Amino acid sequence: MPAEFERSTTIALDLICPAGSLVSLKAAIDHGADAVYMGFRDNTNARAFPGLNFDEAQAAEGLRYAHDRGRKVLLALNTYPQADTWSRWTGAVDRAAKLGMDAVILADAGLMRYAVKQHPQLRLHLSVQGSATSYEAVNFYREHFGIQRAVLPRVLSLPQVENVVKHTDVEIELFGFGGLCVMVEGRCLLSSYCTGESPNSAGVCSPAKAVQWTETPAGLESRLNGVLLDRYGKNEKAGYPTLCKGRFNVGGETYYAIEEPTSLNTLDLLPDMLKIGVAAIKIEGRQRSPAYVTQVTKVWRAAIDAVKKNADAFKPTPAWQAELNKLSEGQSHTLGAYHRPWK
Amino acid sequence: MLNLALPPQLANVVTRLPAAPPSLAFSAVANRLLWPALKTLDWQALAGRRYAIRVKDLGLNLRFTVTQSGFAADSGAPDLTISATARDFLLLLARREDPDTLFFSRRLVSEGDTELGLTVKNLLDALDPDTVLRQLPAPLARAAQRWMAA
Ligand code: SF4
Repeated sequence: MPAEFERSTTIALDLICPAGSLVSLKAAIDHGADAVYMGFRDNTNARAFPGLNFDEAQAAEGLRYAHDRGRKVLLALNTYPQADTWSRWTGAVDRAAKLGMDAVILADAGLMRYAVKQHPQLRLHLSVQGSATSYEAVNFYREHFGIQRAVLPRVLSLPQVENVVKHTDVEIELFGFGGLCVMVEGRCLLSSYCTGESPNSAGVCSPAKAVQWTETPAGLESRLNGVLLDRYGKNEKAGYPTLCKGRFNVGGETYYAIEEPTSLNTLDLLPDMLKIGVAAIKIEGRQRSPAYVTQVTKVWRAAIDAVKKNADAFKPTPAWQAELNKLSEGQSHTLGAYHRPWK
Repeated sequence: MLNLALPPQLANVVTRLPAAPPSLAFSAVANRLLWPALKTLDWQALAGRRYAIRVKDLGLNLRFTVTQSGFAADSGAPDLTISATARDFLLLLARREDPDTLFFSRRLVSEGDTELGLTVKNLLDALDPDTVLRQLPAPLARAAQRWMAA
């Protein structure tokens, strides 16, 4: 059993917000994000949607905007390089170093090795796509690549998170809000099964060209490459057209056979996260618009400030919850695996 | 809460207009007010595609295409149809609501080419609102600014 670590850093609950464009980046910074994360305009990141993300000039401008205001920019390079296009990923690492990114968020061990060798000064974060769920795994990345922070998959309960935090000096980042990707982060092949493209290699789950929405007399239908994912009744909230959130006929019963389309919302758990020593809270949604980034950043900034001021008295306001619920896909929000009786 | 509902008599008149004149009027107004800002965007991949904007509560169906020189009314079958109420379109335009939010809650309906829809959304999201405001006639820009901040 390794020794328990004393936290050497004073970072606590840094707010990390998504930016799919320069406008969103500015919105996040203006409304109180401590850092934003972005991707380049290709499949080196897991939100490779048409028209989204940053070219080099925009990334440079975003960095300038953030740094002028004392905030940070992290670059998501969180897909798995393919053998024949390896240089696209290493090229992206080189560009990140040249631009002066505050950190790169990596999932692939080969790419980490490249980054450490070529750019020893570049700060590395382990992506959620790296799927490290134990302190042994986190410490492995620390020893071999010197990672400074790890984003934990959304499968751990809070006591499990606490256990990881206690046994590593790597900063721990948790997801706080946004769309949920089920319990196989970095390993999901559902989209690939249906379309030949999945987030880990092509940078996109349910590529838009394979998605079809149709209003029918029976309701709004979503299809992925012809496969019916869901049919929403008149007043039902819709969700993202991903296979994991479809309703399927299993054994004669039609239901959410894999996962319900709810959003993660952990406002309630902020005092615990602060106590455990979580370094940063990540907000999902680089694919969303500046309006979303503004609304969600405002709420989380206020909540984190409140919990830091007085954790014991902290209680999310109904207004915050209402605002976040409005932004969510599906019917409701969930505390996710962080709060569950089973392990 | 903003009240943007039109008086029913006016809505009635608008509903009865044939599609072509509103589409023509829309293209003319959009070219004058929005195109100066929008033309800075990369429309290459989108040129020649056909769009329809359906303003449900007004019964308006605006059909147009975007060329290198701006909006043009078009009556061909649309590749992408976006439907919502006038109020929701205005909220989107002012960046006060996120399209995914409206989509999840079924207030915004997108039909046709999903990838085209996503590309257009991302293109417009990347447009700095100040660029648009700067190009508007001053009184209109002031009104828009107030409305965006409200
Ligand atoms: S199918 Fe669902 S779980 Fe799999 S990558 Fe897509 S969103 Fe995530």
